[in-house]
Amino acid sequence: MSGSSSYYYVPEHSHWPIVTSVGLFLTLVGAINILHHNSQVGMVVFLLGALTMAFILFGWFGSVVKESRGGLYGSMMDRSFRWGMFWFIFSEVMFFCAFFGALFYARIYSVPWLGGEGHGFMTNQILWPDFQAAWPLFKNPDNALFHGPKHVIGAWGIPAINTLLLLTSACTLTWAHWALLRSKRTQVIFGLLLTVTLGVIFLGCQGYEYVLAHHHDGLTLGSGIYGSTFFMLTGFHGAHVTVGTIMLTTMLVRVLKGHFNESDHFGFEACAWYWHFVDVVWLFLFIFVYCI
Amino acid sequence: MSAEATLDQPKRHPLSAWFLRWVCSTNHKDIGTLYLFFSLAMFLTGGVMALLIRTELFQPGMQIMQPNTYNNMITMHGLIMVFGAVMPAFVGLANWMIPIMVGAPDMAFPRLNNWSFWLLPFAFSIMLSTLFMQGGAPNFGWTFYAPLSTTYGPPSTDFFIIAVHMMGVSSIMGAVNVVATVLNMRAPGMTMMKLPIFCWAMLITAFLLIAVMPVLAGAVTMMLTDRHFGTSFFNAAGGGDPILFQHIFWFFGHPEVYIMILPAFGVISEIIPTFSRKKLFGYSCMVGATASIAILSFIVWAHHMFVSGIPLGAEIFFMYATLLIAVPTGVKVFNWITTMFRGSLSFETPMLFAIAFVILFTIGGLSGLMLAMSPVDYQYHDTYFVVGHFHYVLVPGAIFSILAGVYYWLPKWTGHMYSETLGKWHFWLSTIFINVTFFPMHFLGLAGMPRRIPDYALQFTDFNMVATVGAFGFGLSQLLFLAVIYKTIRGGVPATAQVWEGAQGLEWTLPSPTPHHTFDTPPLITD
Repeated sequence: MSGSSSYYYVPEHSHWPIVTSVGLFLTLVGAINILHHNSQVGMVVFLLGALTMAFILFGWFGSVVKESRGGLYGSMMDRSFRWGMFWFIFSEVMFFCAFFGALFYARIYSVPWLGGEGHGFMTNQILWPDFQAAWPLFKNPDNALFHGPKHVIGAWGIPAINTLLLLTSACTLTWAHWALLRSKRTQVIFGLLLTVTLGVIFLGCQGYEYVLAHHHDGLTLGSGIYGSTFFMLTGFHGAHVTVGTIMLTTMLVRVLKGHFNESDHFGFEACAWYWHFVDVVWLFLFIFVYCI
Repeated sequence: MSAEATLDQPKRHPLSAWFLRWVCSTNHKDIGTLYLFFSLAMFLTGGVMALLIRTELFQPGMQIMQPNTYNNMITMHGLIMVFGAVMPAFVGLANWMIPIMVGAPDMAFPRLNNWSFWLLPFAFSIMLSTLFMQGGAPNFGWTFYAPLSTTYGPPSTDFFIIAVHMMGVSSIMGAVNVVATVLNMRAPGMTMMKLPIFCWAMLITAFLLIAVMPVLAGAVTMMLTDRHFGTSFFNAAGGGDPILFQHIFWFFGHPEVYIMILPAFGVISEIIPTFSRKKLFGYSCMVGATASIAILSFIVWAHHMFVSGIPLGAEIFFMYATLLIAVPTGVKVFNWITTMFRGSLSFETPMLFAIAFVILFTIGGLSGLMLAMSPVDYQYHDTYFVVGHFHYVLVPGAIFSILAGVYYWLPKWTGHMYSETLGKWHFWLSTIFINVTFFPMHFLGLAGMPRRIPDYALQFTDFNMVATVGAFGFGLSQLLFLAVIYKTIRGGVPATAQVWEGAQGLEWTLPSPTPHHTFDTPPLITD
């Protein structure tokens, strides 16, 4: 049966999904307990859940890799994975859309309205008579409750370097992909290694920028809508870069183990798609969060 | 049932065999069954809450609960019915039917499919556990508007947030699975325009889910950070705006409405041709209409916010965009009626539910048009008219289509015919009591009774009493449905492969009940 192109592999039973559900449940419930100052119990439950999730990353993906190596997947499975990854990335795009939407709404509508523009005239007069609309917002409507930042991060310092880093990493990744298509193993390894390194440097720069923002600029999550949108957008992007870096590292390990060949390497391509998605999100961030 | 599972395996302890089959399942039929039973349990849970709400409203004055408990009940009722009853029911139908309709061996990602289901019991355990938490369950309505859910939300709101996250993951993964299955796993020869209409409806619904569930995740994430990390997305004091929450919520919320009704259209479009013994009239128009509704659903969200103070230009845009949806919906109603026209009709229970769907859903659709008009919405907004409207599209709309689908496919699933007498009783009692429950709500709303209020002025008493009687009648009639399901699973007249005389399609070529694994090698579609 296996080997024929019409055969589609259906695993018999799997305990990974239920373990994943339990893991996610523990992680989230633990995290909320920590937030509710029930720290000790919360921390234990959270760590238990997080460890379970880490264990699953090895277990579940490990069995998929094993099945793939065992020749159980045909061309139809390959197409399923392609559709699956594509729509998963699309869902991620929509997740970022929510935060970009919040940013655009604040800049185009809520801040000008609070400053008295358009139908916000009375709001401004009665509720926040001293408030003046501006972006970046250094003085919030209620500046005692939400301290505005002293400075914000300019575009042409670290962010510009970060843009270069990510764009270069996209090139090195494509270089590695070309090498994979031509079975040039050393070039693949070198290209992936460069990409992962660039990703790690990016994360380092981003971390340094956060430290500067907190200690030098007084820019925090709590400094009004500027800080809120800034940290949510760059923070979730950073989290995605972290995930992407882990994915690419995994691919590096798989290449070192000799897993891919020029026709069968969707695992690699899926990670590359993800990395390019993260890259494109960064370009939007650079333009709309840092530049204008 | 578990005998079959143990056939090809070494002898296992019955409990371990049960665990393997249902908890570790990778079989789309078993997972579909799990979804459907889960949905049924949630339907009954949410239903009990609805009856508590109606009991409170039987007479003016406080009857059986505190106002805050009343708010807990309406919040939980809405969330459980939307995310626990209606959505999982359609995913269950999709799981059961899509692979055998397109000739695939299973869903594209069987393990992911299992995970999508097994997230739900955990999510709803969290959700229901909030009822017993200090400070009470969420009390801000299923729309959880800020600042009710941020500044003023009870501590349990954070647990509500993680429950929504888990449901979201479940929906997105389930939708990815549906898309990959429909696009990639069709039998050779089954082109997209030969795809059964139910699969089309689920495909488009899955697209909507992938597009909007992440936005909901974003909304609850911003809520969480506003509550605990000092952000001010929904707080004007920091430059944000509570109205921003409504925009983000309804950008999710309006497509969500179609997520609950497009699969219903699909089910009805399968049933009406079978019992009219004719092909579906205007198949390609139906596909186009479904797609148009889905696309339009992204540009109508602010019609939920006409009285929130959005600019006049926006009101006009959203009003016209909303009214535009009447066109593809009208195409659908027209095609259903035309399918029946000069057909050789018979009125088994699925067909009765389908016809009632067409009529009663249309009533809900027309009251929707009234609400869509911004100048008059100023009067209807947040009244019982709205409650009447959306219950007409959700109960004799979405729920009736699910019931119709279950009656239609139950013989295929179990291998037994259900009792037609009990089915017809269930249908007539449900239909009568639904109208007794929800029709008076329109009058109450037009007369000015606000929604989400545990007490009301004396002049609203009569209609409220009628509605409460109807609600109990409808609730009790569902016990008949339980009896039908129980009896059909246990036994009954054996069903043939085709089951219904006019039934067409791959799923009806399989024996009833369907074997545990079907179409391991794909069939060839010729016609």
